[in-house]
Amino acid sequence: MSKDIVEMIVDNVLQGRRNKDDEGIEDGVVGQPGVAELVEEALETGIEPDRILLKGLSRGMELVGAKYESGEYFIPDMLTAAEAVEAGMKVMEPHLTGQGDNGGKGKIVLATVEKDLHDIGKNLVAIMLKGAGFSVIDLGIDVPAARIVEVAEDEDAQIIGLSALLNTTMKNMEEVVTQLEQKGLRNRVKVLIGGAPTSGDFARQIGADSYGKDAFAAIREAEKLLKAGGDS
Amino acid sequence: MSDRGVNVPNPYNRLSKEQVELIDKTSLELLQHPGILCYHEESVDLFEKTGAIIKKTKEGEHDAWWVSIPPGAVKEALETAPSKIFLGARNPENRVILDAENTRVYFGTGSETNYWLEVEPETYISRESKDERVFPVMKKKRGSLELLCQSAHLAEQFENLDFFIRNVNVQDDDISTENKDVNVFFASLNHLTKPVIGGVADIGQLKEVVKMAEIIAGGRDQLRKNPVVAFITSVIKSPLQVVAETSEKLIAIARLGLPVVISTSPQGGSTAPIDDVGMIAQVNAEALAGITINQLANPGAPVIYGAVPVRARMDDLHDMYGVPEFCHYTMACAQMARYYKVPCYSTAGVGDAKVPGIQATMEKMLTHTMVPLSAPGLIHYSFGLLDKTQTFCPEQALLDNHQIGMIKFLQRESNVNSDTVENVKKVVEEVMHSPYRMYARYARGMLRRGEIFSGFPFEGELEDQDQTLLLAHERIKEMGKTVQKHLPEETCRRIFDAVPGLLPRLNPYGEVK
Repeated sequence: MSKDIVEMIVDNVLQGRRNKDDEGIEDGVVGQPGVAELVEEALETGIEPDRILLKGLSRGMELVGAKYESGEYFIPDMLTAAEAVEAGMKVMEPHLTGQGDNGGKGKIVLATVEKDLHDIGKNLVAIMLKGAGFSVIDLGIDVPAARIVEVAEDEDAQIIGLSALLNTTMKNMEEVVTQLEQKGLRNRVKVLIGGAPTSGDFARQIGADSYGKDAFAAIREAEKLLKAGGDS
Repeated sequence: MSDRGVNVPNPYNRLSKEQVELIDKTSLELLQHPGILCYHEESVDLFEKTGAIIKKTKEGEHDAWWVSIPPGAVKEALETAPSKIFLGARNPENRVILDAENTRVYFGTGSETNYWLEVEPETYISRESKDERVFPVMKKKRGSLELLCQSAHLAEQFENLDFFIRNVNVQDDDISTENKDVNVFFASLNHLTKPVIGGVADIGQLKEVVKMAEIIAGGRDQLRKNPVVAFITSVIKSPLQVVAETSEKLIAIARLGLPVVISTSPQGGSTAPIDDVGMIAQVNAEALAGITINQLANPGAPVIYGAVPVRARMDDLHDMYGVPEFCHYTMACAQMARYYKVPCYSTAGVGDAKVPGIQATMEKMLTHTMVPLSAPGLIHYSFGLLDKTQTFCPEQALLDNHQIGMIKFLQRESNVNSDTVENVKKVVEEVMHSPYRMYARYARGMLRRGEIFSGFPFEGELEDQDQTLLLAHERIKEMGKTVQKHLPEETCRRIFDAVPGLLPRLNPYGEVK
């Protein structure tokens, strides 16, 4: 018996295949449908979007995460899988509108802080968060604190994620926390920070809620913050 | 076809063509004047037939002969010496094909170290913080047959190890000169499916070792086609002296038609000049003298140009391996062997350091990186040697295995060609129009095809302590528990029936009735 289409979505997330033109980890899959085509087909055959999202895309990413933890997968595998999920989400988007679901888990505004032009780490976090089912608004690099807070307020985001690579720019993270307080948003929006010069101690020092030492830790911390927010 | 070893696509030539020819000429002149001082009468007889000028003398209590070797005799020997030699193996896929006209390099073990260095984790408590910490502690043991078996079992598993020279000097009470050779060769062959090379301590046991090898290979002719054993003879005592006992072995091995390494190891600063020109001219002359004896005994016999020139420490005259001069000497010798179209046996990876650590890593990395660049063929001493060549440490051997993996990777040819650049243009175009402009997908393809080096496998998690040795120790313990690749029971039975002197405890199938 052929595989259930949702299972095929899981397989293709594991293979990191966005569409039929992509190579997978295994040979000989080019030309076969990737995540985008499979999601489209699943929707056409009447499978519930929730099922595609949870049992296909999210389940695939969970398995990818487990393979990473066990050492079988590496960062490029995680990123390509996350790209495949993103391709699937694009197809899903029109079908999710109106269901109050922006991608499942929650909304995060990401930015590299003012005067800092580095974006590799922040991009990594963005891709992984999307792959993990978060809705990500990426403001890019060199973003002033006021703009970050403004977007978080307008978009009703639960989390602001801040990145910095320089010890001269990391202090600008504190300004975001200050402005959230000034606007009375501090209880509503959690602040997660990361980047080479930052640390858990630094997060506490500036009044941020959490620190992620890498992209995977960032996902775990974001999930914890959401859970803590929901519980309170 | 074996894919062992690594090809060095563009060997580094330290010497110019003119310098190579000058060394050749000088070495040949040295072999005439002063000539060699030979302590072996049969070798003298062989030289005499080539028109060599012989002058008998007395060195202490021993008869000796000054032999002025005519250049033509050496050139003729180089003509008859084969440029291609097979080193056989129990598993044919592990055969080593030594071809002086190509540039493939193989890494192996050696030498007979007196000490086995064990790494043991011990827990310490900080006086200040009272925190517990685990540190590696080193303990030295005398070499034994059991440790040789352990080492051979590890060597079988090291993926970058291509041939085995026993690296533990067995010092068991029940081992003597009369039974050492058969037991050490059996211990090696019974744990390895890779080529085994070694010296013989007692010429009386040579035929027993060969008998054992013939049983393993499946007969006399099969052993010549698949020589599961090859030999090393240190026929030269530097400077320029031919030793009686080893010459006898060399001639006997040549007549058996089995591969043999002529190994000469002068020390720059004591038994050879310390500078490039002096060392290379002399060590080359010594290797040529050995090859000439071998070919005079049996023209066409498989012979390997073995040069292990070392430098003396200036404070105590001990050998030094981890110094730039060692690379200079060794790389030049590889070039000379290639010039003569004779396969070469060389050296890299010895740590002068007494224990694994920063000093050992620096010394090993220097020679492991540089020597293979000259494409010498066989590179011995590459696994686990410390304290010059006095000590073998299994954890160090595991680290060396990784280092050699890096060196092999380093030799990979560049993938720049007209097809790949077309693909690069496509990939860059695609990535530049993607949201985050990252090449993760491109890297993943290479990762999965094994085209990305795996990185350092013994990286610890502590931020303030190097855990390399502790992690290597854990891995060595696991490797010690894997299934040993013993010879089949029937082969063992036949060997124990046919070969006298084997210790029953070496038989993995129990004592032979």
